Amino acid sequence: MTTPIPELVPIQRDSDVVTARRIGRDMAKTIGFGTADQTRLATAISELTRNVIKYAGEGECTIFNESDTTHNRIRVVVEDHGPGIPDIEEAMEDGYTTGGTLGAGLPGTRRLVSEFNIESKPGLTRVEIAMEKQVW
Amino acid sequence: MNVPILLIGDVLLVSIQEDLSDDEIIDLQDQIINRVSASRTAGLVIEISAIDMVDSYMARVLNEISSMVSVLGSQTVITGMQPAVAIILVDMGSELIGVKTALNLEKGLDLIHELIEERRSISAYVPSNEGDEE
Repeated sequence: MTTPIPELVPIQRDSDVVTARRIGRDMAKTIGFGTADQTRLATAISELTRNVIKYAGEGECTIFNESDTTHNRIRVVVEDHGPGIPDIEEAMEDGYTTGGTLGAGLPGTRRLVSEFNIESKPGLTRVEIAMEKQVW
Repeated sequence: MNVPILLIGDVLLVSIQEDLSDDEIIDLQDQIINRVSASRTAGLVIEISAIDMVDSYMARVLNEISSMVSVLGSQTVITGMQPAVAIILVDMGSELIGVKTALNLEKGLDLIHELIEERRSISAYVPSNEGDEE
């Protein structure tokens, strides 16, 4: 079994957010995730890549197919070299926003996926999410 | 971006047929508000059945359009939301969509006409208090 090549999407402008979420959805569909999960992943990617544009200007989004014989699994890493998130705990609270959205971005995204990890310091913000489903 | 905005009687119908970027959504918001204000529209229907994802940004813009239209004295109904989109909106935080919705365009048009009638009957109502006090 060959290891699938990850999809790297540079995030530099508005339209890249659309591209990234479409590629994520397509991969989820190809692997066999249902419509709701495809939509969850696309929405999560949209939120994370928008943050890159909004707070860091540019970055990248890499989407990995890590499925094996027992599990369907997609991992997404979104990275930028912007100023970083000053207070991650605060940013993960419902209703928190500095960017003029409803503040559902990060906490909402965490609720959509099976794994969510975030690290941030000035010069590097890295969010890693994964969606997993057992293959019966 | 190709989003038809059609005036049918006193109802403005906006049919979003493709996945829009943030800039395109904001452009659309401007266009809609200008049309509602210029045409004295009584109601706005936004048809989103072709949209396969509504994230927090899009939800916020839809909310804002509805609020602005309300301030302009009109009503808004969103129609055709895909089940998966509805599920994810609730997953993310149910306060995201505060707009009236209908299952499909036909039901949405019925609802918008009801809302318009309701509003007309309220504004046509004249309190009779002054007469009672005589």
